[in-house]
Amino acid sequence: MESIVKYLWLIPTAPLLAAGVGALLPRRQRQLGAGLAIGAIGISFLLSCAAFLVTLHSGRVSSNFRWFDFGTTSVQLGWVLDPLGAIMAVMVSFVSLLIFVYSLGYMAKDENFKQFFCFLALFAAAMLGLIIANSLLLFFMCWELVGLASYLLIGFWFQKPSAAAAAKKAFIVTRIGDLGFLVGMLLLYAKTGTLLFYDNGNGCLDQTAVAGLVASTTISLLIFCGAVGKSGQIPLHVWLPDAMEGPTPVSALIHAATMVAAGVFLIARVYPLMTPEALQAVTWVGALTAVFAASIAVAQNDIKRILAYSTVSQLGYMMMGLGAGGVAVGMFHLMTHAFFKALLFLGAGSVIHCCHEEQDIRELGGLRTRQPITFATYAVGMMALCGVPLFFSGFWSKDAILDATHHWNGSPIPFYLGLLGAFLTAFYMTRQICWVFFGKPATAKAEHAHESPPVMTVPLVILATLAVVAGFFGTPAWPWFQNYLEGGQVGFDLSKLMNEHQLPLMLLSTALVAAAIVWSGWIYGRAAARPTRETDPLEVAQPTIFVLLQNKFYVDEFYNATVVRLTAAFAKFSDWLDRVFLGGLIKAVCVFALVLAWLDRALDEALVNESFDTGTETVRSSGRWLSRLQNGQVQRYLRIIGVAFCGLLILLLWGSR
Amino acid sequence: MTTPLANYLILASLLFGIGLAGALARRNAVLVLIGLELMLNAANLNFIAFWRFSPHPEMLTGQMFVLFSIAIAAAEVAVGLALVIAIYRHRRTAQLDRFDSLKG
Amino acid sequence: MLNEIVFLLCAAVTLVGAVAAMMLRNLVHCALCAAGAFAGLAAIYLQLDAEFVGFAQVLIYVGAIAILIVFAVLLTRGGDVQPSAATTSPSWWVGLPVAALVVASLIGSIMASPRLLRLPTPNVHAPVKQIGEQLMNQFVMPLETVGLLLTAALLGAVVIGLREPRKTESNAP
Repeated sequence: MESIVKYLWLIPTAPLLAAGVGALLPRRQRQLGAGLAIGAIGISFLLSCAAFLVTLHSGRVSSNFRWFDFGTTSVQLGWVLDPLGAIMAVMVSFVSLLIFVYSLGYMAKDENFKQFFCFLALFAAAMLGLIIANSLLLFFMCWELVGLASYLLIGFWFQKPSAAAAAKKAFIVTRIGDLGFLVGMLLLYAKTGTLLFYDNGNGCLDQTAVAGLVASTTISLLIFCGAVGKSGQIPLHVWLPDAMEGPTPVSALIHAATMVAAGVFLIARVYPLMTPEALQAVTWVGALTAVFAASIAVAQNDIKRILAYSTVSQLGYMMMGLGAGGVAVGMFHLMTHAFFKALLFLGAGSVIHCCHEEQDIRELGGLRTRQPITFATYAVGMMALCGVPLFFSGFWSKDAILDATHHWNGSPIPFYLGLLGAFLTAFYMTRQICWVFFGKPATAKAEHAHESPPVMTVPLVILATLAVVAGFFGTPAWPWFQNYLEGGQVGFDLSKLMNEHQLPLMLLSTALVAAAIVWSGWIYGRAAARPTRETDPLEVAQPTIFVLLQNKFYVDEFYNATVVRLTAAFAKFSDWLDRVFLGGLIKAVCVFALVLAWLDRALDEALVNESFDTGTETVRSSGRWLSRLQNGQVQRYLRIIGVAFCGLLILLLWGSR
Repeated sequence: MTTPLANYLILASLLFGIGLAGALARRNAVLVLIGLELMLNAANLNFIAFWRFSPHPEMLTGQMFVLFSIAIAAAEVAVGLALVIAIYRHRRTAQLDRFDSLKG
Repeated sequence: MLNEIVFLLCAAVTLVGAVAAMMLRNLVHCALCAAGAFAGLAAIYLQLDAEFVGFAQVLIYVGAIAILIVFAVLLTRGGDVQPSAATTSPSWWVGLPVAALVVASLIGSIMASPRLLRLPTPNVHAPVKQIGEQLMNQFVMPLETVGLLLTAALLGAVVIGLREPRKTESNAP
């Protein structure tokens, strides 16, 4: 039982190896690259299942190792195996496996097919590493790797300027959140001296009271900043809809099912650290995001963009569940959402793939008969997302969240926001399904659509099955999931379903959903049947609100007008500072140095060189003059000696007297 | 022995002057050498004369000087003439005013 | 009296020989006249009771050096007299006054000192045996040095006078 932890690192390593080997393969080795990635994720899935089976019986196991030392402190990393990570690993590897297979069909004609699988494998490795990390530092490293993979995959069709811009935007916006995360991590390290989650009672999650209330709330909120960035919560949600510029399997895998859920997973992982105040903030942010994004989704026309806003909204629900209800509530919705949102995205991908990259729902229509399998699975996903009662997983998970907020002692408003969000969700999903699958084909592209190949439809069917089944693991009557995560006995008790708390709530949400579906279906069902679809019926009725929603509450414009322009202005100012002030300063120094050098040169030339030259010239000329005495005529020398001798003699004889 | 010392010295001076004049005036290197020899002999004569007229002639110092001087003169002549011959062989002339390779 | 006559005779021979050696055009004649001058000097040495030195003078100067000079003259074709060629150096008119000046100053200084008019010491003997003893005792180091010098001069003269090989002409001394 212990041994599985020792081999836990194999789960992320297998896809990492596949990514590394895949990167080295030549571009034309398409099948080999894809096969490697799929095989690796299959191995990861099997290992995850094994780990999952282990956790059914034993509790939390962790294995740490020392990474490096500096001074007297050492940085430790490690792996942890607990129900939270195990169920997440199973979910991620399984959804990844399905989506890898689906990508075989979806990306079949793409030139960079091998590279795509390489990136996907890198992403899977990072994501799985993040899940089993037992150190906030390792978590953060994988977190950033996941961001990198996301950047690469959003910008996969980098030839499109919009895709490149979206990749950049995603990277930069999530960095803002990550900055908070990093600061929070450093603060945590400063307070506790360790970044390990669990370390035999010494990890930062083992200790109950980490620091003072203010300090730990600050830490919690800072770490939550990272989650806000990654999970697209208000106000950092703007990158997620733009990320739909990437290939659809990427949208399904990264920007719906797994990566964006990493923020939620982060909060779940560090849940013991979160103070009640921080959880309050989490709840509020989640609730606001849920309604905010859902209302925007009502007025969008791009099939993937609607799903993207839906994802933002559902992530808000998860946050709300975490804040109000606890780990199990949030994680349960994360699980169910992963399945049905992956299903929806893959269904959308199937539609887009077969309608020649048409993404505008007004241009589609009548696909119900042309793509029966896609339609059926999409409908299952839609009903799961809307929360259609009893048979669809979304109903149970969303109900748990609503139940939690209903009992939340902070404020009743999140509960009502949640209800409003549920209503809006049902409304926009019905609108979308009416536009796309019912009525008549609006264009020739939709007219000539056909069903996707089995490699794409089989994953759809599997996911659709799961979208239904997954819900039954967390019903109030049989709360296996909650017990699995939090420990406790599982018992089947139908009476819990019928008590006075649950039943009215369920009936209320069911009524809301039914009303939304009927209303929306009535409006758009008729609209979809009309041959021209230029104007949305809602736009006719409420033009102001619709335009506001269609423009996403002008958040992007607001950011452009404030943050981006401020940054640009600051950059311009910095540029000016750099160019004029610092540049001028440097130029002044340069000029000063030049003058100094010029002076030095003048001094050197005039004084040193000149005097030296004069000296040597004098010596040389005097030497030349003296050398004329030495004319080689021996007799002349002798004459001079004779004259000198006479002089000497005369001096000696008469000079001394 | 009535000739005074001064006579010998005057004779030596004249001999020296003749040698010097020859060394200064003739062109041929061999003759210049002969002039040098004459000057050397004048000096030798001086030594002998001073020895002979000295109060202690038994010391023989003057004679010794002359002996060594003669030996050195022999060496000088040998080397000097060899040089003259070597230069002659090289330049095909023994005229001293043509030997000015060492001028500055 | 006889002594003075002998002195004057010898001095005359010496001076005439010297002047002739310096003035004749034919170099072989010059060399022979120089030998005469050397011989006259030898006679003066004998007259001054320096017999050993006198004989040495005859042997070395008259016998060796003069003959060496004759050889050198012949080897440098000094004997072939071209009547047109000048025997005096271009600056002889400067040289002669300088020589005259030197002689004048010497004789002037000799005349100026009355002590030099003294007469010689009587009864001077300089036997060869005594000279030999002094050479072997007091002057042995100079003697050896002169021996070394003569050897070196002999070798040097041979090396300088060697007909240099064609190839190393530029490197020859």
